[in-house]
Amino acid sequence: MATMQFNLVSPERMLASMEVTAVEVPGAEGDLEVMPGHEPVITTLRPGVLRAHGAGSKKSFLVTGGFAQISGDEISVLAERAVPIEEATGTIIDEMLEEAKSLADAALPEDKDAAHKLMNDVESLRGTMAI
Amino acid sequence: MPSLKDLKNRIGSVKSTRKITKAMQMVAAAKLRRAQEAAEAARPYAERMNSVMAGLAASVGNSDGAPRLLAGTGEDRVHMLVVMTAERGLCGGFNSTIVRLARARIAALKAEGKTVKVLTVGKKGREQLKRDYSDLLVGHVDLSGVKRMGYDNAQSIAKDLLKRFDTGEFDVATIFYNRFVSVISQVPTAHQVIPAKFEPKKGAEAGLSTVYEYEPSEEEILADLLPRGVATQIFTALLENGASEQGARMSAMDSATRNAGEMIDRLTIEYNRSRQAAITKELIEIISGAEAL
Repeated sequence: MATMQFNLVSPERMLASMEVTAVEVPGAEGDLEVMPGHEPVITTLRPGVLRAHGAGSKKSFLVTGGFAQISGDEISVLAERAVPIEEATGTIIDEMLEEAKSLADAALPEDKDAAHKLMNDVESLRGTMAI
Repeated sequence: MPSLKDLKNRIGSVKSTRKITKAMQMVAAAKLRRAQEAAEAARPYAERMNSVMAGLAASVGNSDGAPRLLAGTGEDRVHMLVVMTAERGLCGGFNSTIVRLARARIAALKAEGKTVKVLTVGKKGREQLKRDYSDLLVGHVDLSGVKRMGYDNAQSIAKDLLKRFDTGEFDVATIFYNRFVSVISQVPTAHQVIPAKFEPKKGAEAGLSTVYEYEPSEEEILADLLPRGVATQIFTALLENGASEQGARMSAMDSATRNAGEMIDRLTIEYNRSRQAAITKELIEIISGAEAL
């Protein structure tokens, strides 16, 4: 089965670098599943869960803010904040929500929609996590 | 001529100074390794970020709808200098070199008739700049409580800077920091962050030679990324500065330790000489006393 190189990078460190067969990316305009040979795309991320399927293993990360750079044989995800799902707790989501709220309060009227979408994304994340 | 006791005390005090500088050197060496690792770990993110943004900027940059962070305010009147220094001294010329570069820039900008504002990060730079340019200082970021430099610190500085930019406080922002080359060499560097400037890419094949599709549009991605880019650049500068500070402190403490060693040797010789001289003098006194009888 074809594989591709997957890199997950946060500003402070490289979180993951492995061979994968597929990656589920929470894109700003909808989730996408990236497989080897995918068309080159650059997309921004919304707060969500990123799942990387490797050979026989699966790794999930909670990511916010950033973008994914996808080319045929490589996918690089640059997330402002990324936490392995095992370490993700309610407090982290609370923090994220707090941040989103302060952004929404400070946002200009024309950006209000985007800010509220961000808040909703974080809220729905809590639901996903509970499962 | 100091007495023997004075010399002995002197030697004792230099010895304990040497112990302190030696300990500081070792602490700096350990911290340097950590700081270097942190800078190393942050590099992939910054590099990718820059390559993507440079690609985007090249394609969007010249259109009318380019974000202000990239195109600038269209003016070049008010300059914001972000001077990043250490919180602590005893690190050789580390703080002074940055401040010197900033001073030269301030003088040059003033000569051109521009307005200059200064935002300081780190106590030492503030202390040095306050003497001559206290009227230019508009803010200060205190990092003395920070043990490990995190992205959060960079983010809060970037947020402050972006807010000032949005309210039209300045047109151009430049950060000043020491780039880490090696333990003995740190290069004071000025880097313009707003409006964003990208170095021409080395080898187009490196990053974006493939034609990417953008989701959402290029403009929107760029508008989303530019503020993050500012934070990333500040973060890189903070980390470089951290490594440089420890490197500078390490070499400063190394030469201080060596100087103390030399001083101890010199003082010991002086001590032995005067001890001998005292003995000889006493002997002469005894002998000439005996001869006089």
